Amino acid sequence: MPKEKRKRYGICFIILIVLLFLLLLINICAGSVSISVGDVIRCIRREDSGSTVSDIIWNIRMPRILATIILGGALALAGYLLQTFFHNPIAGPFVLGISSGAKMMVALLMVVLLGAGIRVSSVTMILAAFLGAMISMGFVLLISTRIKQMSMLIVSGIMIGYICSAITDFMVTFADDSDIVNLHNWSMGSFSGIGWEDVAVMSAVVFAAFFLIFCLSKPISAFQMGEAYAQTLGVNVPRLRVLLVILSSVLSACIVAFAGPVSFVGIAVPPLVKNLFRTAKPILMIPACFLGGSVFCLFCDLIARTVFAPTEMSISTVTAIFGAPVVIVVMIRRKREGENP
Amino acid sequence: MSPYYFYTDHMTVGYQGVPLIEKIKIQLNKGEILTLVGPNGAGKSTIMKSISGQLDLIGGAVYLDQNNFFSLGRQERSQKMAVVLTEKIRGEMMTCEDVVATGRYPYTGRFGILSEKDHQEVREVMDLVHVTEIKDCDFTRISDGQRQRVMLARAICQEPDLILLDEPTSFLDIKYKLEFLSILQDLKRQKQLTVIMSLHELDLAQRISDRVLCIRNHMVEKEGTPEEVFTPGYIRELFGIEAGSFDEQTGVPELAAPQGKPEVFIIAGGGSGRNVYRRLQRQGIPFATGILFENDLDSPVAQALASRVVKVPAFEEIGEAEFRQARELMMECRHVICCRDHFGVWDRKNGELLELARRENKLSSPIFF
Repeated sequence: MPKEKRKRYGICFIILIVLLFLLLLINICAGSVSISVGDVIRCIRREDSGSTVSDIIWNIRMPRILATIILGGALALAGYLLQTFFHNPIAGPFVLGISSGAKMMVALLMVVLLGAGIRVSSVTMILAAFLGAMISMGFVLLISTRIKQMSMLIVSGIMIGYICSAITDFMVTFADDSDIVNLHNWSMGSFSGIGWEDVAVMSAVVFAAFFLIFCLSKPISAFQMGEAYAQTLGVNVPRLRVLLVILSSVLSACIVAFAGPVSFVGIAVPPLVKNLFRTAKPILMIPACFLGGSVFCLFCDLIARTVFAPTEMSISTVTAIFGAPVVIVVMIRRKREGENP
Repeated sequence: MSPYYFYTDHMTVGYQGVPLIEKIKIQLNKGEILTLVGPNGAGKSTIMKSISGQLDLIGGAVYLDQNNFFSLGRQERSQKMAVVLTEKIRGEMMTCEDVVATGRYPYTGRFGILSEKDHQEVREVMDLVHVTEIKDCDFTRISDGQRQRVMLARAICQEPDLILLDEPTSFLDIKYKLEFLSILQDLKRQKQLTVIMSLHELDLAQRISDRVLCIRNHMVEKEGTPEEVFTPGYIRELFGIEAGSFDEQTGVPELAAPQGKPEVFIIAGGGSGRNVYRRLQRQGIPFATGILFENDLDSPVAQALASRVVKVPAFEEIGEAEFRQARELMMECRHVICCRDHFGVWDRKNGELLELARRENKLSSPIFF
């Protein structure tokens, strides 16, 4: 690897990490109750434990920020994996209907269990979401064997998403009034209301998945060139395909279970990060997409919380505003390069 | 034990368990080039995909260097065989050097990081295949000729003993076709590389191959050296050519001969008539020609394009019978074209034909046609 390339990668990682910490700090400080940096430092030093400010920081903002970082990273990574898997630059958990499938199962679980008065644990939520994600993924895979055109795959994914959403809406209509409020907020997508316990569960799942994905960076790099070439380079392609499907579904499921469906992060972040680094090498892209997704979501959540405070926007509203243009640019570029979008 | 370096034993190939081509026998020594030829859809790619492991064999086995190839591990296999496929490589944000470096995959560790030795190998191979000057270019923005060479370099980087190329020259212009095959020949000589490829260019296949395998109607029809395979009339049969012809000796194709009674007689020989024949063919004018020696450069073209050809055996003087036949033919034609300005000892009779044409006022200049 030439020196100037290595330098570029180093600088890019530093930029992402600096942005992450900067946004983390701003996110702690900004909100319906404004907190000064001095307060934050005092709070970290535990000089004022028990105060309202400390309570807001430790019990409301910190878990939310950490969840945003973890889930944002997971979203971008899931997008990256799906784009690699389908060799399609605009694939992502949301457009392929995987998020909606997960949402459907979680809604079903909530309606049934809450109706019976049973508290739903976060692990059960993840399992339900994973089941839903796999159902959608199954349909997408089934379609992808018949349709080779990239754009048609996306259209089918969006249709699957609509079907799942329709079923979800149907269930919500028949749910108890008290659940609907809960369900409605969640189904719009939001990082609010996440506690420390949730953060612990999601970080365990996401970081385990991240570790496994990172270990697959070598076969993924071969897979990027096309399955036939990967196979002749000694990659066990069928096994890799199964792993990619499971890992991207786990990540998507984890996001949906905690934050509901969040759109556009999965499609918008990987191309942005690739252009920043000017490479698509998985060994760099896997951590970089994760960091990029964290930064992107922190930024979007900041806007969602603060712009119309105290009214909070849904996270997808904000991610769509910033993410959709990126997707359009990516498609135009592909067209210009003469490839089938 | 077979003395061959690469051989197949009753190899049967096909899709989803359904045999397409059965009991294929390939035998190659180290450093030989085998070319698969045959019409589209005959099964060339199926054979290629089966040897490369993209399709499972339906029956039989493939042996490389006395090992049953598919009983080896994935990594070991990828260190012994590399491919250049028709399928385009997806090189997102990759330079040509990055693409070539992917050939080192079977030799790198858990995370695929290249060592200094790997980089060295990449540089050497790029030099060998003449792509060093484009090493930093974006892989998606180079020409087809350059792309194929980069793909070859990538395969060579895998340090294979056997390389498989599926129609590697199909989209290249003649300069790049020749350049590509020359590089391949160099590699074969320098590295004792064994090559299996499919080609559509029969003329080139005939020149580069040590062995040729002909596939038609899902059957191996013929196998052997180019001389054994390219026998007169065989290509016509193999491809089911109906319009036009292919000369197996020279590797030259000709379009279909004009039909009808000859209107022009051409006195030719020594290669002087070929271009006139082709000009008349383009205009659709049927013609007769003579008197040619069988080994004449004009002979194969005349055979393919003329309605009638008067020939004599090579190195024989033109006899009275051939002369009479040519004279008769000439008198039936409205025009005569003479492509010669000098006649030798053995074909004085052609001179007599010219004299006669002059006297009969039938002589035209070829530029009128």
